[in-house]
Amino acid sequence: MLELRKDIFADERDDNLKEIGKGTQRQDMLGHVTGTSTYFDDHKLQGMLHLKVLRSPHAHARLRRIDTMEAERSPGVRRIIRGADVPRNLNTLLSLINFGKDDEPSLAVDKVRYKGEPIVAIVADSPREAFEAMAKLRVDYEPLPAVFDVEEALKPSAPVVNETYPKNTFVYHDVYDHQKLRFGDVERGFAEADHVLEQRYQMSPIEHAPTETNGSIAAPDTNGRYVVYTSTQALFFSLDTCAKILDVPSNTFHFIGGTVGGGFGGKVDTLTEPLAILGAMLTGRPVRYQLGREEEMQFGSPRGAERIYIKDGVMRDGRIVARKIRAYFDSGAYTRLSSYAVVKCVAHLPGPYTIPNVHGDVYCVFTNRTPATAMRGFGVTAMDFALECQMDKLAHLVGIDPMEFRILNAYRDGDMKAHRREAKNTALIECVQVAAEKAKWPLREEMKRMSSRKDGGGSRAAISPTPLEPVPQRAAVSQQRTTYDRAPAAIVQPPPPAPTPPPSPRPQAPSHGATRFSSVFGTRRR
Amino acid sequence: MTKTALQFRHNGRDVALFVDGGVNLLVALRELIGDMTPKFGCGQGGCGACSVLIDGELHLSCLTLAETVNGRAVETLDGLKNGPNLHPLQRAFMEQFAAQCGYCTPGMLMAAKALLDRNPSPSRAEVIEAISGNICRCTGYEPIINAVLAAASGGRARA
Repeated sequence: MLELRKDIFADERDDNLKEIGKGTQRQDMLGHVTGTSTYFDDHKLQGMLHLKVLRSPHAHARLRRIDTMEAERSPGVRRIIRGADVPRNLNTLLSLINFGKDDEPSLAVDKVRYKGEPIVAIVADSPREAFEAMAKLRVDYEPLPAVFDVEEALKPSAPVVNETYPKNTFVYHDVYDHQKLRFGDVERGFAEADHVLEQRYQMSPIEHAPTETNGSIAAPDTNGRYVVYTSTQALFFSLDTCAKILDVPSNTFHFIGGTVGGGFGGKVDTLTEPLAILGAMLTGRPVRYQLGREEEMQFGSPRGAERIYIKDGVMRDGRIVARKIRAYFDSGAYTRLSSYAVVKCVAHLPGPYTIPNVHGDVYCVFTNRTPATAMRGFGVTAMDFALECQMDKLAHLVGIDPMEFRILNAYRDGDMKAHRREAKNTALIECVQVAAEKAKWPLREEMKRMSSRKDGGGSRAAISPTPLEPVPQRAAVSQQRTTYDRAPAAIVQPPPPAPTPPPSPRPQAPSHGATRFSSVFGTRRR
Repeated sequence: MTKTALQFRHNGRDVALFVDGGVNLLVALRELIGDMTPKFGCGQGGCGACSVLIDGELHLSCLTLAETVNGRAVETLDGLKNGPNLHPLQRAFMEQFAAQCGYCTPGMLMAAKALLDRNPSPSRAEVIEAISGNICRCTGYEPIINAVLAAASGGRARA
C-alpha cells in the first residue's frame, strides 16, 4: 500500500472535502466577469491568415469537376486546399479506439453526401478575401437521389449514402447491421400478457447552438511543431485525430484549449483543427478557421434524430412481462459517434425496470443529413423520452397511478438487468418517492414503504430461457487498426490501404488513450 | 482598398485608426484595437455576445459599421472595472454564479449596465426585458436576472 506523505502538503490543502450544500466559487469566474478568459479566437497572431470552406449546396451529388484556377488568382489568396492535399483524407473519429471503418473525408473528393459538406478550403489574408475567392470557385455537381428517412434508407432500393457502408448501416461485430439485445423470450411474454401496446416515437435532430461557434487557430511553432488554440471539448482526442489525418506523430502538436464558449457535445468532432493545421503547414503562417453561425447550424453536427418502436406486454396487476424495441439512429452521412450512441442505447434497455423478457434491435443508419454527434446523454435521452411516455400509456391502460406503476416495475438491488449484470446501488424507487413528495403527488402507504434495497434478487435475478438465433457468417474482419508509433511522413498523398489484421472473435483492446470508451467493447474490467 | 480614418473614445481613451469600408465595430475593436471582450457569436444580431455601449446606449457591434462611431464614445466590458475594483455588476455576477462558460457574459454585463445607468432600481420584468437580446446557452437566465437585481440594490446602497 502506497503511503501518501500528506504532511508535506499540509499547509497547501486541507482534507475537508465536504462541499455539498455550500457555494464554491468557480476558478474561472473572475476571468469571465472581466472578459479576460481567453477563448480560442482571442489570440491574434502576427501574420495570421484566415481559412474559409466551400460547402456543398446539395444533399447528395457527384463531384464532376472542381475548378480553382480563377480563385487561385484572386487577391489575398495564399493557398487553396483540396482533398488530395490532405495526407489521410479518410477518417472516423472512433478509429482511435479501433471502432468502425474510416468513412469521412476532411474535404470531399468524389461525392458530397450532405448539404454543408466541405469541398475546398481557401486560405487568404482576410476573411473577406477568402469569401471573394470562394465565389470564384467552380464546382460541377451531378445531383444524386438522396435519402433523408432512416427506414427508407434501409430499403434495398435506397441510394447508397456512404460507400464504406453499402447497406446504409454501421456494421457491428463485423457481422450485424444493428446492435442486438436478447434476454428471455418476448414472444412468449406477449402471448401471456393481458395487454400488448405498440407505439412509435420520433425525435428530431437538435442543434447544440453554443454561443461560441466551433473554431481553431493553428500556428507554426519552433522545432517543426504546431501550436493549436481550439474550442474543442476533447483536447487530446482532437490532437490524436489531427495526428492521424495529417499523418504525423501526435507530439507534433501543442493543443491549447479548455476555455470553451459552450459545447454540450457539439465540440468533440474535431471539425476545424485538421484544416487549420494543414493550412499552417502549407503556408508557414498562423491560420484561423472559425465557423460562422450558419456553418455551425448546417455543418456542425447536431444530436441525431431517432425513431423508436416499443411493444410492451403488461399484466392487469401492472407487471411488465415483455418489452420489444426497434430503433433507428439517424447518423447522417458519416459515423462520427452515432455507432457508439447505439451501443450505449442498447446497454440502457429496457430502462431502469426489471422486465423478464427484453428484445432490442437498434440500427445506426446513414442518410444524406448532417452527421450527428454527441449531445448530453446521447444514445439514452431520446430512448428515455420514448420509454417514459410508454410507461405513462401503460399505466393508463391498466388503470394504475403512473408514479406507482414505475415503483412497481422499478429495478431493485440484486435484480438481473437485461444485459446480464446484477443491478447494484439502484435508487429509482426512492427517486419516484421524492419526486412524488415534492410534487405533492399522493402515493399509497405501501408504495411509500417500498425500497430499492428490499425484495430484489431471488426469482428476479433469473435469466429466462432465451431462444437462440442463427449467427450470420462472419465476414473478414473489417476493423481498421491505427498505429501512432510511426515516423513523420513527408508524403502528401493518400496512404496505401491498411493491412487486414487476422480475424479475431472480438476487437483487440485499444492500445492507446481513450480507454474510457472501452464500454463499447465491454473490455473495461478485463 | 480605400481606408477610412476613424477617431473615437474607447473606454475613456482616444483611439485613431484606419478601417476598410464595410468593417464592423466588432472587428475594429477585436482585431484593430485588441479589445477582446466583445465576442463573436453570430454576426447577424441574433445573440448579443458582441453588445457594447455607444454614447451610453446599447448596440450590437457586429451590426454597427465601424465608421459610424467616429467622434463617439464606445464602452466595452474592458472598461467596466474601476482600476482594480470590480463594478457592482461584476461582483454580483460572481456572487450569484451568473456565468458558466462565460461567452455571453461580456454582452450580458453591457446590457445590464445600459439598464442600470438609465434605471438604477429596475423591476424583475425590466431586467428580463433589458437582457432579452442576449442569448445564454448554459448558465440559465435566472442567476443572471438575480445578479442584475442584486447589483441594482447593492449599487444603490453604496451610492
